[in-house]
This record gives sequence, structure tokens and C-alpha cells, in this order.
Amino acid sequence: MKRIYSRNKKKRIPTKYTLLAMTLLCIVSIFASLILNISGGPLNGVAGYVFVPMQKGINSIGLWANEKTEIFRNLKDVIAENEQLKAQVDDLTNQLMVNKLEQYELDNYRELLELDEKYPSYDKVAANVIAKDSGNWFSVFTIDKGANDGIAPGMNVIAGSGLVGIVTDVGPNFSKIRTVINDSNKVSGMVTTTNDNLTVCGNLQTMNQESVITFQELRDTDNEVKIGDPVVTSYISDRYQQGILIGYINTIEENSNNLTKSGTITPVVDFEHIEEVLVIKEIKVVGDDSQIIQDTEE
Amino acid sequence: MIYRVICLFLIVVVNFILQTTVFQGLSFAGIVPNLMIILVSSFGFMRGKKEGMFLGFFCGLLIDIFFGFYLGAYALLFMYVGFINGMFQKHFYPDDLKLPLLMIGLSDLSQNLVIYFIGFLFRSRYSFLYYLRAIILPEFVYTMIIAIFLYPLFLWINQKMDKIQTRRATKFHV
Repeated sequence: MKRIYSRNKKKRIPTKYTLLAMTLLCIVSIFASLILNISGGPLNGVAGYVFVPMQKGINSIGLWANEKTEIFRNLKDVIAENEQLKAQVDDLTNQLMVNKLEQYELDNYRELLELDEKYPSYDKVAANVIAKDSGNWFSVFTIDKGANDGIAPGMNVIAGSGLVGIVTDVGPNFSKIRTVINDSNKVSGMVTTTNDNLTVCGNLQTMNQESVITFQELRDTDNEVKIGDPVVTSYISDRYQQGILIGYINTIEENSNNLTKSGTITPVVDFEHIEEVLVIKEIKVVGDDSQIIQDTEE
Repeated sequence: MIYRVICLFLIVVVNFILQTTVFQGLSFAGIVPNLMIILVSSFGFMRGKKEGMFLGFFCGLLIDIFFGFYLGAYALLFMYVGFINGMFQKHFYPDDLKLPLLMIGLSDLSQNLVIYFIGFLFRSRYSFLYYLRAIILPEFVYTMIIAIFLYPLFLWINQKMDKIQTRRATKFHV
């Protein structure tokens, strides 16, 4: 009896060796995805077919229930808001009239300059958000369209008129999206009023405290950038299409070097209640090879 | 063995889907409880190092596939959570609720501390106290509240699985 027991014990690999082997496996995998930029590959496929249909189902139930409770909870708020909005509508109608006139003028000028195609209409695909990051640190979510629908990593994601983020990984029927408010995300942006470039950085802390994200490296020597100016994705960005609205400038501070400014931006997209997004089915083409290398390193 | 694996797989699936969908809607002030850590910690504690390790690895891999940046990072983290919880299996008594809850709480805290140090401090986000107050502690509290209800459920499932397995084993021998 004793012998059998000891023989059995000999055959079995101790757990600590298995742990060591699996640790090594994980570390190799982390470095592989860090350096070679590879993704799960077949794992994505298997996981996608198992989980995505269930997440979709549960999410639609959840959304329905949420909608119903929201209706009751918000009725009072809505009435008050309605009053306010009516007044705003009057204001905006007036403004619209002025804008229409200006638009007419602008169209004429554009025609003259043949600038019709300044903002080409991209081929887009609509998708639903099906699951959000399990933790509370990183703002990542998955959508229900993937490689089967022609989505590839690097495509930009928008909701309404604002930038949501970028596709970082795809499975056959889902894709992973990193948002612009994600703490480790950076976007080259541009202030539309002055065409000054800046870098928009996601920030968990400011997002939690005041629902804003930060920007830095704004070169504005003439002090022309004002609070409320719109910030769009810049033409120098190597991952984001040009001219997608990110948000409006909230605060501006001069940096201690007196050359650049930093501050905060209020994003236009409501990231808390994001349900539907549009994926732009075009990947930004950068002519210069050196810039592409820079991107993967970042 | 296969029966156990299938059971655990189903539990992981349900847990993961609840966490990423329903509980995202039940968040308090943007904080979501960490169901995965409750699962890995309690099964590691109940079943021992080996099962805890594999369960943690599998759960982490799922998070990596759907939300991670580097494949294997969460798998590594959760694997160690499962393994370390498994080391305390000799103190496991089904009647005792305090120690497993303490283990779950410590697992959640340490996991978040590791994420902060690796994911945030290294990118020069120094205001540790802010993150502690705004994310780590709220998540800890919320996770503990959920764990009070979830741990007995896992305990019950574990006992059921044991019972069915021994019944099968005796059948097989006779």
C-alpha cells in the first residue's frame, strides 16, 4: 500500500513546477504580444463563438430593463429639461439662420476652391457594445462585429459625431476597442480655430473627478486658443483619420517652460452610456515608412 | 475529472458574462465588483493549489482575450491568485465564513495594487492615494458585499460536485 502511494506520488509533477512552466508561458506570451504585436489568433475565434452570442443576449435584456427603469426615474428631470431645451431651441434656431447664411457663403467659396472633398464620407459599419472591461482601471469594451464584417485593428470608432477610440484587436465576431479616455491612450489632436497641434491623453483620475481628459504639448505662442474651442484628430496622427471631433477645451494652463500649454478637454461622447458605435472601415495610410515604425513602438 | 472541468467551465462562463454585462449596469459610481476574483479565490481556497492555478489561468486568459492589452498578463495575475489561495486549503472548513471572505478581500486588494503598480505607477501616475480612494477601496467594499452572497453559493456548488463525484466513483467500483 505504501509503495503504490509513493509510486503514484513520483509520477505526478509537483504543482510548483507546473506553476513555473505556466508562468514562463505567460511571460513569453506577454513579450510576444508586446514585441511582435500579435493577438490571440485562434483563441479569439474560440472565445468569440462561445461568449459573444451569450453576451449579446444578456445585454439586450439588460438594456431593455435599464430603459424601463430609466423612464420612470427620469420623468421629472425630463420635464424640467424640456422647458430648458425649448428656450434653447429658440436660441439655436436664430443661430442656425445665421449659420445657414454663412454656410451658403462657405459653399460658394469651396466651389471656387474645389474643396468639396475636405471631409470624405467614410465607409462605416454600425455595431453594438456587448461587454465592458471586467476591472475598473482601463476603459476597454468589445463590440459585436469583427473580422467577418471586415473590421481590422487600427480602424477608428465613432459614436454620434465624436471619436470613441480605436480597434486594437479583432476576433471573427467581436472586436476590442480602446477608448480615448483610457489612461494609456494618446491621440494627436488639433484645435480647429487656430490649427495648433496638441496631444490628447486619456486620464482615469480627471475622467472620474470631472469627466474630462487631459491634453499637453499645445504650442500656442499667440495665446489664441480659448476655452470651448473644438479639438479634432489631427492630420499628423498616424492612426486616426483626420477631422474627427474629440471634444471641447475645458481649461488651459501654461507649462513651466513657457513654450507649451496643457489642460483638459471635455469629450463629446458620453462614455458611461455608450451602446452603439460606428466603425470607420478605413485604416489611415501613412506614406512615410518611418512613421509606421514609430506607431508600433508607441 | 471531465465532469468537474465541465462544471467549472460553466461556472466561469456564467460568472464572466454576468461581470461584463449585467454588473456593468449595476455599477455604483462607476465601480464594478470583481466577480472573477471571488470565483478564483474561493475555488482556489476550496480546491487547492492545482485547481486554483488552472482556474485562475483560464479566467485570466478570458479577460486577456476580450479586454487585455498583452495576452497572458491577466492570466499570470489570476493564476497566482488561485495558487496562493490554494496554499491555504488546509485551513478550509465549510462552516467558516470569515477566513474565505478575508482571503477574497485580500486577493482583490493585492490584485488591484499590482495593476496600479504595473499599469499606472510605471507610467508616472503618482497619486496613489487618489487611486486607492477612488478605485481600490470602493471595489474592495463592493466585491466583499457581493462575496457574502456569492461565496456560500460557490460552497454549495462545490459540495454538490463532490457529492456527485463520490457517488459516481462508488458506482464505478461496485
